[in-house]
Amino acid sequence: MLVANIPILPERASEQAAQVDYLFYFISAVTGAGTLLVFLLLIGFCTAYRRKTMNDKTPRILGSHQLEIFWSATPLVLFLVMFAWGVVVFDQGFAAPADAPEIFVVGKQWMWKAQHPNGVREINELHLLINQPVKLTLISEDVIHSYGVPAFRDKIDVLPARYVTTWYNPNRAGSYHLFCDQLCGTGHSQMIGKIHVMEKADYDAWLEGKRPVKEGPTDGSLAWEGRQLFMKLQCSSCHNAKGRAPILEGIWGTTVPLKDGKTAIVNEGYIRESILHPKRKVHEGWEAIMPTFEGQLSDPTLGLSEEETLIRLIAFIKTLGPGQTPVRTEQFPPPIGAKTELGEKK
Amino acid sequence: MSTISALHTANHHAPSGPAAKTNYLTDGYSWKSWLLTVDHKRIGIMYLVSVTAFFLIGMAAAGLIRYNLISPSGMLTADQYNKVFTAHGIVMVFLFLVPVIPGVFGNFFIPIMIGAKDMAFPKLNLLSWYVYMAGAFFACYALLIGGVDTGWTLYPPYSTRSSTNVAPVAVAIFIAGFSSILTGLNIVVTVHRMRCPGMTWFRMPLFVWAMYATSLIMLLATPVLAVTVSLLAVERLAGIGIFDPKLGGDPLLFQHMFWFYSHPAVYIMILPGMGIISEVITCFSRKNIFGYKAVAWSSVGIAVVGFLVWGHHMFVAGQGYYSALVFSLLSMFVAVPSAIKVFNWSATLYKGSITFQAPMLYALGFIALFTVGGVTGLFLSTMGTDRHLHDTYFVIAHFHFTMVGGMVLAYFAGLHFYWPKMTGKMYSDFWSRIAAILMCVGFFMTFVPQFVLGYMGMPRRYHQYPPEWQVLNVLSSAGSTVLALGYLFPFTYLIHSIFAGKPAGSNPWGATGIEWTDTTSPPVTHNFEKLPVVTEMPYEYSLPTAPKPTFSYDLPTGDVAKEEHTHVH
Repeated sequence: MLVANIPILPERASEQAAQVDYLFYFISAVTGAGTLLVFLLLIGFCTAYRRKTMNDKTPRILGSHQLEIFWSATPLVLFLVMFAWGVVVFDQGFAAPADAPEIFVVGKQWMWKAQHPNGVREINELHLLINQPVKLTLISEDVIHSYGVPAFRDKIDVLPARYVTTWYNPNRAGSYHLFCDQLCGTGHSQMIGKIHVMEKADYDAWLEGKRPVKEGPTDGSLAWEGRQLFMKLQCSSCHNAKGRAPILEGIWGTTVPLKDGKTAIVNEGYIRESILHPKRKVHEGWEAIMPTFEGQLSDPTLGLSEEETLIRLIAFIKTLGPGQTPVRTEQFPPPIGAKTELGEKK
Repeated sequence: MSTISALHTANHHAPSGPAAKTNYLTDGYSWKSWLLTVDHKRIGIMYLVSVTAFFLIGMAAAGLIRYNLISPSGMLTADQYNKVFTAHGIVMVFLFLVPVIPGVFGNFFIPIMIGAKDMAFPKLNLLSWYVYMAGAFFACYALLIGGVDTGWTLYPPYSTRSSTNVAPVAVAIFIAGFSSILTGLNIVVTVHRMRCPGMTWFRMPLFVWAMYATSLIMLLATPVLAVTVSLLAVERLAGIGIFDPKLGGDPLLFQHMFWFYSHPAVYIMILPGMGIISEVITCFSRKNIFGYKAVAWSSVGIAVVGFLVWGHHMFVAGQGYYSALVFSLLSMFVAVPSAIKVFNWSATLYKGSITFQAPMLYALGFIALFTVGGVTGLFLSTMGTDRHLHDTYFVIAHFHFTMVGGMVLAYFAGLHFYWPKMTGKMYSDFWSRIAAILMCVGFFMTFVPQFVLGYMGMPRRYHQYPPEWQVLNVLSSAGSTVLALGYLFPFTYLIHSIFAGKPAGSNPWGATGIEWTDTTSPPVTHNFEKLPVVTEMPYEYSLPTAPKPTFSYDLPTGDVAKEEHTHVH
């Protein structure tokens, strides 16, 4: 029967999705009961008290304080339960586990570009390992998009010039819809894709076909690509131990003092702002001599847009430990991916 | 105002005998007598004609939306589709839903309901119609020269970069907004200053209370919309960065400003409808309203708290976590006054003497559909579920239940209730009831599938969609044809009634209120032959002095003495 094949419930691929569903069912039950009550009152009264003659007498009832209080307070209490439960469920979408690998997603008209920490890039697809929590950091290159995955019951607007984050813990293998949920122009309804949640063996097989993962600084990871860019853009000419700019080793996550007396937490947003608008939040003790890199970061020969360059630099700075700042004299690297002494994958 | 008769009370039956020879409709037939009129009733009729025209345009756009979604790959091109739903939203919101009840029934009935000869500022009233038409002109101009593809919400930076006609639409919204402000101002002053002797605040019909609350929102919120679209135009035309990050702006600023108007605006749309429902439910159940003060104050409560909940449109938009928390909490509070109203209307029916003429069918339909629309709002004001449902068809279904199932049905309830008063003619009882039922059935068919689609995650504003959702979309489109048919019925029988309808009499429904008891149908130019004096609460249907319906109900007259014995429930 055709009707039996019409899906009416969305697929569920994470524990968060289950939590949203339970809340959804609770609100459905409460509001369904309330709506049913109103319908029954309407039908009951309309049947029982339909006009019988032109001179029906009606009692002069003006109201009841007790009833008003009852039907104000009862809904309010139920609504507050929904609110509180909703906050709990919403919170779960915020707090990614600290050790969750970070996937960067760049949205643009009209595609989603995902960058895994190991350097694998995907367009309009995202392959995830089952039961492995992942954190997504998203930014848009143009207008507002929204990264929505109904199977995870999750959605986040992706803004230009600002990083937003979400996280998933997929628990069911399969392929699920990815939608852009914020009108972004002609191709809005084509800005769609698939989230593939895979078992370990399938995931490894998929990864094998993409790029071999290797250890060490030349592993082709996002951070490694960021290191290459860091040298190419000559960042280390100033950002070194003896330079004219703060050393970036271990700076990630710290709170730095600013010239105007305020402080800033070194996170994705601060680094992005410092590269594009270096004079806005100057580190206390340093001169505002850094030029802006706005408009100079995209590199067609590497196939990188400005935002893609930025997330590589961020990924690099994030992992930059003591003594790891590339030396100024290190050979200027060739384009990423080209076979050279430095870049070659051993 | 010269002949104030202290003996004349609200319960006097309307002047019987030979109706006044000149009513507001026969007081001049020239174009000039209409276009330069300062009579609030004629201005109300001018609004009626113009909003009806825009309703038809908005309906046509809605038809194209549903036509496109018959196929998963779309029937229109993506750009056409984006322009069609934008046109639907802009026309329906700014040119129909916001002005319709204040413009038509607010203008026509507020002075009559409170015993005034006209609005406080009759010329300003006429001006607000012209301002509205000027705004409508720019909106039509924008649509005719190619349309807009940003959605009615005009979110930047897309709207600052779109190559379509955003600027004329911004101008249209700006201008139409001033019409709202002027109407709101006029109503507030009229209600404060023009009430006739005895018309205290708590003797005002609930429609007037609802319109008063609405007008406060119009006055306070609309200027913010004007500022917002002005800034958008400045950014587009002069390249000054306000919302676009490329120019140094902040796109969330726009969303805050836009919803600061547009959320209260949904109450601008629904509150007047709620006022009409209170009038109709009491009349057709011949009962006092249950909890007059609760219903009156809940309108004011919605107006005030409604200003504090705009951020619930932005839970996933990037606003701060604590903002989301506060907006979610406050949204729960704004849901309570709506619940109060629904329960009071239901309780009003208790032990009534209920008949089911078209106005009552529409009103009952309103309560049912608005209840569904209201409770589904709770899914969206709850942060955990909004994360999934935001920007899906669930949102579309929710606000169409309130705006169309609620507000438009309330408008039709009002139109059928007041039509005999406004035109002096009675329309077809049979066809009007068929239309009301068609509208409710068509409405359910159209929008219930959209709740399901939304829960499954179908995003809004999608020109194409995954094929597994086709059945529900086709069902919705099929429902929309039934709904459209329902809407076309009234155009036929109401227009027919103007030429061939039976005279309605001054008070066919036997309604209380000086708009029924102290005026002819149609009313004379300055409404009252004698200034009314009000001596009692509204909706005193249970008193023996209550007016009796002259409408033919085909019911036994019922011997009063005998009735007292048998009518014990």
